Amino acid sequence: MPDPVPFAANIREYTVSELAVALKRTVEDAYGWVRVRGEISGLKRASSGHLYFALKDEKAVLDAVCWRNSLPQPQPVLEDGLEVVCTGRLTTYPQRSRYQLVVERIEPAGAGALMALLEERRRRLAAEGLFAAERKRPLPFLPEVVGVVTSPTGAVIRDILHRIADRFPRRVVLWPVLVQGEGAAEQIAAAIRGFSRLPPGGPIPRPDVLIVARGGGSLEDLWAFNEEIVVRAAAECTIPLISAVGHETDTTLIDYAADRRAPTPTAAAEMAVPVRRELAERVARLAERLDHAIRRHLRELSRHLQGLARGLPDPASEIRLREQRLDDLSERLALRSPARLVGERRERLARLALRLGELMRDRLGREDLRLHAVGARLRPAPLVHLLAAHARALGREQQRLATAAARLVGTRRLALDALSRQLESLSHKSVLERGYAVVRRASDGQLVPRLAALDGETRLEIEWYDGRLSVLRGDPPHAARRRPSSPSSQTSLF
Amino acid sequence: MAGQSAADGGPANAEAERPFETMSFEEALAELEAIVQKLERGQLDLEASIAAYERGTRLRRHCEEKLRQAQLRVEKLALDAAGEMKLEPFAPTE
Repeated sequence: MPDPVPFAANIREYTVSELAVALKRTVEDAYGWVRVRGEISGLKRASSGHLYFALKDEKAVLDAVCWRNSLPQPQPVLEDGLEVVCTGRLTTYPQRSRYQLVVERIEPAGAGALMALLEERRRRLAAEGLFAAERKRPLPFLPEVVGVVTSPTGAVIRDILHRIADRFPRRVVLWPVLVQGEGAAEQIAAAIRGFSRLPPGGPIPRPDVLIVARGGGSLEDLWAFNEEIVVRAAAECTIPLISAVGHETDTTLIDYAADRRAPTPTAAAEMAVPVRRELAERVARLAERLDHAIRRHLRELSRHLQGLARGLPDPASEIRLREQRLDDLSERLALRSPARLVGERRERLARLALRLGELMRDRLGREDLRLHAVGARLRPAPLVHLLAAHARALGREQQRLATAAARLVGTRRLALDALSRQLESLSHKSVLERGYAVVRRASDGQLVPRLAALDGETRLEIEWYDGRLSVLRGDPPHAARRRPSSPSSQTSLF
Repeated sequence: MAGQSAADGGPANAEAERPFETMSFEEALAELEAIVQKLERGQLDLEASIAAYERGTRLRRHCEEKLRQAQLRVEKLALDAAGEMKLEPFAPTE
């Protein structure tokens, strides 16, 4: 036993490197081949292809590395949370004072481990609503274009194309992808999203329905279709999507996100397209029923019409009746034509005029006879008698009138004499008696009271009390003064 | 078939005036079926039944035309030299 007192002298002194190397040897010798069970954590796939991760349990963590060439082919499903059993050797990493397990073999810790992982993921995505029933869209009845996401090689695409060709040949667009192994999930997700993003009417036809398919295989083979990236792409796809991964007994998470799940790729093709022949038969049957229905309908209508027609009176006889009535009316109308009416009236008028003449002649004859009869009875005696009476009355009246007149004349004459005497006393005659004379113009008897009234008259009449004398005028006094040498006119003046 | 669900004739009235050229096969088939049922019930007057028949005949032709367009054409998406997506003919290896 070493003595504890000369402590420093007795203990071997290592350099860090010496110790690290010693430790490395010790660890690698002691744990050169171990099996460790733990849950994968912090899985990282480096670009070199090496895998770095940690194995952990409730209490401890062990770093692990798996060199690319140590990975089994096909690659097992390795994911965080997956419980695995790793076989390998422990080694240290002196530069970092760390130890790690170099994994030579890695396998899931029994089938249950992977299933547990899957179930946990399914529950998580379901809680997000990715698998909700209301997200499911109905498949188109008759797609024009079918999009297929699968491997370009193998039985799957062949089966799908065969079945589509059998049922209803369509246009098929294949988006080739890896369906397992590294990058498969990314390619599948990209293909689903790529189809979903295609615009309608673009150079690449947008499918009316998608089939995402893979043939049968182990759980690990189908694992890409459990990857979250693929499940999300399927759930978000805007084109109705049919999943057909593996065999009928295999269920992957994409089946939950798809609108329909087909047990096999062939079944997916059957879901995607209807059977053309059946449709053609259905259309033909409908066409037949359509023709039959319209014919029957028309027949029924026709029978109905005939039935009604029997109830109608015979049109020909109706027409004959009406023709007869028309004839009758025409005839009656002709009787009432204006020309005819005028003719009739003229005739009647002529007859009446004739009759009127006859009547007048009759009447005149009769009146004549009557007049003669009356005239014969006419006698002058009453008139003579009446005349004599009136003559006597007239004589008496004349007598009375003469007597009255004579009396009236006598009284008037007495009055007149008196007035005459009175008038005489007032007339110029009495003046004349006193020696005056009246001069008148002989031509018209007008008085000439003054010389101016003579007015060129040459013959004058002079009246005295006891007679008249016509005289011829000599020269008037004015003229005598102008022509004093005219003795003849002077002498003739008086 | 899925078409059975559309055979109740529900949409037929609403789509009576729809130009059939734009109708899908399924829609045309559903309306044709509705028209046939209506005609078979025989409750239409003459004019309506003839109009229904004529439309039914056109729908039938439309359906048959859709059924006639049955050609398998398989293409594969690929990237061209410029990295653009393009279509190329595809035949699966046997």
